Amino acid sequence: MKLHNKDNFSRRNFLKTSALAGGGLLIGFNFLTACKPEATMPVDVTSLNFNDFNAFIRISDEGYVTIFSPNPEIGQGVKTAMPMIIAEELDANWNKVRVEQGALDTKKFTRQVAGGSQSIRQGWDALRQTGATARQMLLNAAATKWNVDVSTLKTSKGIITNANGDEFNYGDVVKEAALLEVPEDVKLKETKDFTIIGKDAINVDIDKIITGKPLFGLDYKADNMMIASVLRPPAFGQKLVDFDDTKAKAVNGVVDVLKFGDKIAVLANSTWSAMKGKKALSANWKSEKPESTKNHDEILTNILDGKKFNTRREDGNVKKAFTDADKVIERTYHAPFLPHNCLEPMNFYADVTADKVHLVGPIQTPQWTVNRVAQLLNRKPETIHCEMTRMGGGFGRRLYGDFALEAAEISDITKQPIKVVFSREDDMTAGTYRPASKYRIKASLKSGKVSGYYLKEAAINGNMYGAITNFFPAGCIPNYKVDTESHASNITTGAWRAPYTNFLAFAEQTFFDELANELGVDTIQLRLDLLQNVKNTTDEKIEYSGQRMEDTIKLVREKANWGNTKEGIYQGFAAYYSHNTHVAEIADISLKDEYPIIEKVTVAVDCGILVNPTGAKNQVEGGVLDGIGHAMYADFSFKDGKPEHKNFDTYRLIRMQEAPKVEVYFVENDKKPTGLGEPGLPPAGGAIANAINAALGQRLYSQPFVKELKKNTVLG
Amino acid sequence: MPNYTLNINGTNQSVTTDEDTPLLWVLRDELNLVGTKFGCGIAQCGACTVHLDGTAVRSCQMKVSLLDDVKITTIEGLSEDGKHPVQEAWKEIDVPQCGYCQSGQIMTASAFLNENSNPSEEKIREAMHGNICRCASYNRIEKAVKIAAEKM
Repeated sequence: MKLHNKDNFSRRNFLKTSALAGGGLLIGFNFLTACKPEATMPVDVTSLNFNDFNAFIRISDEGYVTIFSPNPEIGQGVKTAMPMIIAEELDANWNKVRVEQGALDTKKFTRQVAGGSQSIRQGWDALRQTGATARQMLLNAAATKWNVDVSTLKTSKGIITNANGDEFNYGDVVKEAALLEVPEDVKLKETKDFTIIGKDAINVDIDKIITGKPLFGLDYKADNMMIASVLRPPAFGQKLVDFDDTKAKAVNGVVDVLKFGDKIAVLANSTWSAMKGKKALSANWKSEKPESTKNHDEILTNILDGKKFNTRREDGNVKKAFTDADKVIERTYHAPFLPHNCLEPMNFYADVTADKVHLVGPIQTPQWTVNRVAQLLNRKPETIHCEMTRMGGGFGRRLYGDFALEAAEISDITKQPIKVVFSREDDMTAGTYRPASKYRIKASLKSGKVSGYYLKEAAINGNMYGAITNFFPAGCIPNYKVDTESHASNITTGAWRAPYTNFLAFAEQTFFDELANELGVDTIQLRLDLLQNVKNTTDEKIEYSGQRMEDTIKLVREKANWGNTKEGIYQGFAAYYSHNTHVAEIADISLKDEYPIIEKVTVAVDCGILVNPTGAKNQVEGGVLDGIGHAMYADFSFKDGKPEHKNFDTYRLIRMQEAPKVEVYFVENDKKPTGLGEPGLPPAGGAIANAINAALGQRLYSQPFVKELKKNTVLG
Repeated sequence: MPNYTLNINGTNQSVTTDEDTPLLWVLRDELNLVGTKFGCGIAQCGACTVHLDGTAVRSCQMKVSLLDDVKITTIEGLSEDGKHPVQEAWKEIDVPQCGYCQSGQIMTASAFLNENSNPSEEKIREAMHGNICRCASYNRIEKAVKIAAEKM
């Protein structure tokens, strides 16, 4: 995921309008780029063309506003928040706004991806411009109708009022507005005048969710659709030798069994039959270079002990700092592989016919997937239509369209509409895992200060990308170096909620806690002192703001009563800059029979302007608990290339009784909003590890914590 | 294949399927009641929770052949208009993130509250412990169950 994207917004030709045949106005627009000059607007919504425009607003004659929201919804709330931004500048009545998921893919749209917490940050300007432009057109139409100067008109909640107090509903002027030129320059609202942004808006799909209406990929059905259950190589690095499908074909409901690549698909007229058919298959596999967790541990340690690294950032002279130090501290941290475990298992629908391909399902990267399917089937991307459903979680897993490609390949062979459905076991064993990694961090202490810092990363399949090396604490320590190296594995790995920082934040923030203990200073004060050094930095690569980080830390310190809690409560602190958002967390822990119980986590967040406070809090609460759950419990290992955990009986996710209360506070400011899908997660592991140390005097160096805690005396 | 008559949401429904087919897949594939979700298939996650005679059960473990004498309620039949106190509380608190587990959570909560009209916080946490929410919306689930208890 790229963290640097230009926010340049081209106003010329970014928006077009048409009058709808059935009444109302249709506004088509394109994020971040202008749409094609020759692009034409449809006159009915059933033929919306998402190749030229990636989003639409329909305003009906009755003044109802429908926004076709372009970004995939994985639970992060953009399907609610992005339309709120448009509705704000449009000055619409939020109660008359409906939101539909746009079915779209386009070469023009640079960011139709849910990932990296970037949807709101990058859409902010374009969404505001769009809403404001639409509003201006309605105003212009009203001014013409009343024959008055447009500057004398006002809008509020979908009503235009003139100086005499006469009113038009937006719907009253849509016909005229559709005929007007699109204005070039429009005025945006002052943030103090916001009436929708900053107010709680409930998830737009809430009624469907609580009544069980079809919404998710797994709920999608089409005529003549078959279910495909796929047998994949049970171990990474295995190839299919041969298979016997006699028993599978004898299962009621199984229609066909077919081989594609090293996989076998069982096609049936129901999910249960397909799953039973798959279990009845027998196959022989041959292994090539199977890898085990034990090997990984050695490999990663060898990398850290070795000399071959890529230097990602280097300030000052680290070597000299270590030579001159009063004391040098070095620690090593270990992260296991992690599966994503979206609760809705991977699935995708494909209908491949002679001249076109129809794809439907839960996907975080529709455009990339369309291009890959085009390449796989040797088709033109414009003949492929991809519809997105709501997603039962993403966490990074649905960035990878492997399941969509499987569906397309099977449908291409059978020439039938099919849906690939993963079982939980398929989902957990055919993953794109958070790679295992190790960090070794070394710091030099000189005259009561941290004078040098050297971080080495050893990871499986690739390393942290450039921007992360410019996160906190880069810029705070004069002699600073980050080196990385990786091991290429045949186990598929990929982005997992808050890639890299999901573990790096724990390692660094617990390391700083140790440094503070060593220096005999308050752990929060140590961070605040370090941040002074970055406040006036001229280094343009530094991603975060020293001042905003400081304000966030001070807010959490105050709200959590740092250092003044009741007896029996032990606190731990962590702060991190994650995906363009500043976050600080304090965990409160008590002890029950020497076992740590997490009572509460207090969180302070600076994400700029809060678009939807209830949605924002929900994201942070969930992110913190997700961070705690995976730090405490999640363990995933391989033996001879085979995942050793296959379902929730042997892979532990956080549950209700383990979930502490999360209290969230936001730093109030007028800065452009940043995302929240990821930022709450990274500091959580560090905050609880530091609290556990405060309570038990035990430092934790690897995840999951329960394993280390049990190993080291706590539960005997 | 044998034929079964099931009483679902107050209506008798006839299905022809293998005797070992779990209720979950009868609901989803045969009867188009897709509100009941598939999460794990081994009764660990609770996404497939339905009521059998008012008791919350995992529909992925209920074979269709053993259900001839029970009243089955799914999320679609919990209330006529989505206004069951638990559904209303879920909306009031804005519980869902991705939303996938929530029908199972609502079914567990509603069966629990029928038996315990005034539960303690501890009892709520215990009752909801079996339902996984991968987005970890647990704080809100707890709050919503409390509010629903007051409404019921």
